[in-house]
Amino acid sequence: MKVGVVTFPGSLDDRDAARAVRAVGGEAVSLWHGDADLRGVDAVILPGGFSYGDYLRCGAIARFAPVMGEIIERSRGGMPVLGICNGFQVLCESHLLPGALIRNDHRKFNCVDTRLRVENAGTAWTSDFEAGQEVTVVLKNGEGGFVADQRTLDELEGEGRVVFRYVVPDGGKNPNGSYRDIAGIANDRGNIVGLMPHPEHCVEEGYGPSLDGLPFFTSVLKQVVSA
Amino acid sequence: MGHVVIDVMLKPEILDPQGQAVNGALPRLGFEQFTDVRQGKRFVLSVDGEVTAEVLAAAREAAEKLLSNPVIEDVVSVRAQHADEQDPDQ
Repeated sequence: MKVGVVTFPGSLDDRDAARAVRAVGGEAVSLWHGDADLRGVDAVILPGGFSYGDYLRCGAIARFAPVMGEIIERSRGGMPVLGICNGFQVLCESHLLPGALIRNDHRKFNCVDTRLRVENAGTAWTSDFEAGQEVTVVLKNGEGGFVADQRTLDELEGEGRVVFRYVVPDGGKNPNGSYRDIAGIANDRGNIVGLMPHPEHCVEEGYGPSLDGLPFFTSVLKQVVSA
Repeated sequence: MGHVVIDVMLKPEILDPQGQAVNGALPRLGFEQFTDVRQGKRFVLSVDGEVTAEVLAAAREAAEKLLSNPVIEDVVSVRAQHADEQDPDQ
């Protein structure tokens, strides 16, 4: 049950992601951006942070790191990959997930607890949730607005690939201007998931608003066991 | 030494929060006549020798592959720098 966590220059949440994997009984394996070697892992997490200082575009330079070649190839073969925040940006830049993340519409950095609705409990990273369930997970981003053209958005919704949506009160706005309140999406096979909120910060009492991040990591361990 | 100039802009339909911030500041300085601001990126790539057709082709490929994200941005121009433009090394 080895889950690799990639460290890019500027990654911040790699330690927390590894800790979350261990919290549910998995073995966390550190992967270095400069090594084209996945060290025998069964799944990979691309963590949050500011890889390469967010220069050029968030995730744009990390996408071409040596470690990404094998991640892209193996994820196309079904290996579970979770991209959190900057990791989500890397997945979009890699074209493993559609769309892009742009600067928040209100132009401020966000650091808030967010209410999310689980729209798809059938992915490798969400099978321990129930569809329609609402969870609270922390969010911290400056460039978290999910955008895509209308056709892509319609496709994502039509194929059930919107995995999480921000729960927005009547008359309110989602925290970053994401189109159609989309917080997280998956590829068609459901093994690749990206989201802006940070489940790895919500796995231990005393460190966040909830323990609602745990099912991400228990879900993937079951995937890996049954695979 | 030759230089290739590449301009990248957000697609018109993509919200440009940075441009909006600049647009909001202009009237405070008395510039009331501008109705919108879109902010883009310029890259200047240097090569030893002349900017040949091959150099321009490589620059176009780099622009599509790394310098822009086709989901949200357009490469609006890739061209050799004119002789009368300022050399970035000077």
